[in-house]
Amino acid sequence: MSTTTATTLSRPVTTRGHAYARHYWAFAVPAAVVVLLVILFPWVFTIFMSLHDWKVTGATPFVGFANYAKMLQDERFLWAIVRTLWFTAATVIAPVLLGVWAAVCFASQFKLRGLARTLFVLPMMATPVAIALVWTMMFHPQLGVLNYLLTSVGLPPSSWVYASSSVIPTLVMVETWQWTPLVMLIVLGGIASLPQEPYEAAILDGASAWQMFRHITLPLAWPFIMVATVIRLIDALKTFDTIYVITLGGPGTSSETINILLYQTAFAYYDLGYGSAIVVVFFLLILLISLLLLRVRQREAWR
Amino acid sequence: MIRRRHLLAATASALGAPAIVERANAQSAFDWKQFKGQSIEVNYQLSPRGDIAKAHIKDFEELTGIKVGFEQIPEQQQRPKVAMEMATGHPSFDVVNVGMHVQKRLIERASWMADLRPLIADKSLTAADFDQADFSKPSMDVATAPDGKLNVLPLNQDLFILFWNKELFAQKGLQSPPATLDELMTMAHQLTDASKGQYGFVGRGLKNANMTFWDDILLKWDQETVTPDGRKLLTDTPAAVEAATWYQKIMRECAPPGVIGFNWNECQTTFMQGRAAIWWDGIGFSAPMLDPNKSKVVGKIGFAPDPAGKVRNCATFIDGIGIPATAKNKKPAWLFVQWVTGKKMLTEVLRTGSGTPARLSCYAQTDVIKGSAFPPEWFETTQTSLNMARSGLPVIVPVTEFRDTLGTAITNIVAGGDPAGELKKATAAFQPVLDKSNEA
Repeated sequence: MSTTTATTLSRPVTTRGHAYARHYWAFAVPAAVVVLLVILFPWVFTIFMSLHDWKVTGATPFVGFANYAKMLQDERFLWAIVRTLWFTAATVIAPVLLGVWAAVCFASQFKLRGLARTLFVLPMMATPVAIALVWTMMFHPQLGVLNYLLTSVGLPPSSWVYASSSVIPTLVMVETWQWTPLVMLIVLGGIASLPQEPYEAAILDGASAWQMFRHITLPLAWPFIMVATVIRLIDALKTFDTIYVITLGGPGTSSETINILLYQTAFAYYDLGYGSAIVVVFFLLILLISLLLLRVRQREAWR
Repeated sequence: MIRRRHLLAATASALGAPAIVERANAQSAFDWKQFKGQSIEVNYQLSPRGDIAKAHIKDFEELTGIKVGFEQIPEQQQRPKVAMEMATGHPSFDVVNVGMHVQKRLIERASWMADLRPLIADKSLTAADFDQADFSKPSMDVATAPDGKLNVLPLNQDLFILFWNKELFAQKGLQSPPATLDELMTMAHQLTDASKGQYGFVGRGLKNANMTFWDDILLKWDQETVTPDGRKLLTDTPAAVEAATWYQKIMRECAPPGVIGFNWNECQTTFMQGRAAIWWDGIGFSAPMLDPNKSKVVGKIGFAPDPAGKVRNCATFIDGIGIPATAKNKKPAWLFVQWVTGKKMLTEVLRTGSGTPARLSCYAQTDVIKGSAFPPEWFETTQTSLNMARSGLPVIVPVTEFRDTLGTAITNIVAGGDPAGELKKATAAFQPVLDKSNEA
């Protein structure tokens, strides 16, 4: 019965859609051409290059899946994947936790709230490369202001990005500093749109602030937190500027994520074939993670 | 008695004289204005040489009437940009500055550049006082392909030297800079007092960047990184291990913590703030250290040639300037190349301490040396170093990958890795890449 209804209901829509398509298809042509040229063509061409031994000079012989097979034995690539995942996890979790906390704080009324909010979102407004250059100066182990601050309160100086063990946590700190405001803004927008009635009822029932957060704010704002997480995840996976400017993947290869490796492979070693293969694999990885998250989000939304 | 024949001859020569005079004038006064109204695009790596060229662009435009679009990009971005644009066959520039110590073999293999020989030979395009023989032999060897094609003209010949802090030396009773590797090691230890944040030495530790430095140390063992035919790596030989061990010792015991992440700029800052007594790097980084706004060591800084090991030498890294084979405005571009590598401009580079040009006549101009902000010691160091310079970094296609792979091993060694083991591993990893590049 329900099927019949659905069919009957959907038919006129379809017919009208067909009519639109027949009469106005020309309007879609410019957009289609743009998509074809700037998205589809580069993709197909990247896949094509990944199947060839493509250098800047000389012939580009077809090598089948040799570039992909090479990846499995390339220790540098495998480590880059591990580092990318660890860097991504850290630069998603930290800003989301801090961002949600900040959003809850900024949702309440207090003096100079507007000013505090403005100050809080400033890091997000700055150009990542400029920020990275400033951080690099602050990280200098002997002359940087950070070690000066540490030692002036009696703490031992840190090597920051100048040691293999501390380079990724330090980069995570920079990313967190810059992108927590974005999460805060999205979640704050969500919290602001929540109805006030549940809170009023909770207050009447004598609920504590934590209970209200745990049982009202968090479930209601969850879709917004998920959106922020997905955006943050995609951004974190493709982080390039911060790492490139501050460490260039170093010391050694200690902070070399896939982005840095593929840039080096394609544009410093001019091995475009292998670089393209890395891009394809990396794209599949991003796609997989994003789909997974979106699926989780959809489930949450329909529960 | 005037004979008819004499009269005819005299008349003929009188009639011909204007043509001869005109030709003579053309030789003495080269026509710089012949491409007036045309425009060219120039692409430089970010360096003091680029700054000097940029500062004098107006002079060139006034001299020639050619309009110049000038672009300067940091070398890490400029190299890939140039490679990609060259690969498309339609570069956006008519003149390009390239690092021959990195791109020489690639430029030759891919035939990127126009041969400059015909342009130099053409009297209508090249001023009589250009004097190609004035360029140093090592620099011309680098600029010239094995088949004799002249791909670029040498713009600069950077030399590795020692910068030393005279005040810190005097505090420890030391008078003169180290002359040997052993002396350097001993002095660096004497000058280190980690509890006060004072270090005897600083040098590049960052992967890739450290390879120029380590290669310079290796040269003291009279050894290159690759065999002369460019086929076999020599980076795990006993000499290479000894050089790496020496490097490891001085970097771990006398250099500031975090030095494995230092490129030249971190080293320079450390030295300019008086935190390190000796810095070993390219002479091209001299100028900012004499600037009181940037440096705390003005008036205290000494310059000395590389210390001797088994042999005495120093690494040199040459960059050049040329014209892409597919450039649209080759002739006006040649006027630019000719002007910027001419005696006047390269002397200006030397006078301002912006580099050490490959033109030998620049160093003979005593009035320039006297009028310079640099002490005579700087010019003496330059002269000594030029005379013992050897090309640093191997002449192979995958130079960047070589620097990254071996450079990572060198960084690991400073972090505490075993020199022999790390070098062996990196050599084994890079040899196949080198083999493949030689097949192509």
